[in-house]
Amino acid sequence: MAAKVLTITSGKGGVGKTTTTANIAVALAALSYKVVCIDADIGLRNLDVVLGLENRIVYDVVDVVEGRCRLRQAMIRDKRLPELYLIPAAQTRDKNAISPSDMVRLCDELRNEVDWILIDSPAGIERGFRNALAPADLVVVVTNPEVSAVRDADRIIGLIEAEEKGPARLILNRVNMNLVKRGDMLNADDVLELLAVELIGIVPEDEAVVVSTNRGQPVALDGKSKAGLAFQNIARRLNGEQVPFLSLDEKDGFFARLGRMFRTGGA
Amino acid sequence: MAGWLEQLLGKKDKSAEQAKERLKLVLIHDRTDLTPHQLEVMKNELLEVISRHVAIDPSAVKIDMAQDGREQRLIADIPLKPANARRR
Ligand SMILES: Nc1ncnc2c1ncn2[C@@H]1O[C@H](COP(=O)(O)OP(=O)(O)O)[C@@H](O)[C@H]1O
Ligand SMILES: [Mg+2]
Repeated sequence: MAAKVLTITSGKGGVGKTTTTANIAVALAALSYKVVCIDADIGLRNLDVVLGLENRIVYDVVDVVEGRCRLRQAMIRDKRLPELYLIPAAQTRDKNAISPSDMVRLCDELRNEVDWILIDSPAGIERGFRNALAPADLVVVVTNPEVSAVRDADRIIGLIEAEEKGPARLILNRVNMNLVKRGDMLNADDVLELLAVELIGIVPEDEAVVVSTNRGQPVALDGKSKAGLAFQNIARRLNGEQVPFLSLDEKDGFFARLGRMFRTGGA
Repeated sequence: MAGWLEQLLGKKDKSAEQAKERLKLVLIHDRTDLTPHQLEVMKNELLEVISRHVAIDPSAVKIDMAQDGREQRLIADIPLKPANARRR
């Protein structure tokens, strides 16, 4: 096995990096891949609660780097899926507790054990972002259809290219189709024209995300919600499958979508 | 509601359209590290240098920043005055 290291980042905070990491991880694991996700947001750990694994933490990523435990001991196994693991961030330390080369070493140790290593990056363009970027084979930038999030995405995409980690792929999260139709929200075409990167997913604004986060059960665990389905599709695209983009039209029922999916084919 | 009319006439008023136009300008300046003022100064200096060698009509000159993928380009369209016009 030779794992792919996928870093999820954004520049701006609160756009949905952690939600995206948790859901892509769950969706990849449901496709029978062996997945490890690493929370690189040291001092502001969150991936554990979004995944619902907060009560099982004993060791964290700083413990591994500083040699207080073996890597295996810091990997919390998610029992809902065959092979999904979390390496949590340290909560009482700061971003300087680990370095980019620590992250590279950590991922190298995992590369032969798993299929996918997902890294949840902190916001910003400083040390935490550098830590998350250093081991990446593939970088996904999450943004929202609004001015400041798109601007920050552009900046981060530029930095990713400068570090020769590009081309970055884009996930447009929290799209509200009612606002788009009214002309009060940027649509995917607008954002792609501005940022000029490859799109890998469009995720709707979805109450199901809030509910599932309350419960610690990522939406992608089942494909019943639109957001859940969108994350599952992203996981399939990451594996090279050609999956048509969902229509987020409210009036578009499940059957209309299904019909289109069969017509376009999921080759 | 006359939605079609609104769409025909009012597209530029939609907030999404405004967001896009504003972002276009912001991204040009973020990517090039040039303020609108600096861009203006540069244009004027360029015109000055060019008109030292050939006759141009400054009002016909177009110098603009354009986006080509993730690259920014400075595109200049500078019509030259014909040589015989220049001699007069
Ligand atoms: N598609 C979505 N629909 C609704 N709420 C969302 C969606 N994506 C993220 N959120 C919410 O937005 C907030 C920020 O998300 P989070 O993943 O923590 O962002 P980040 O990690 O980038 O700071 C959370 O409350 C999350 O539940
Ligand atoms: Mg986060």
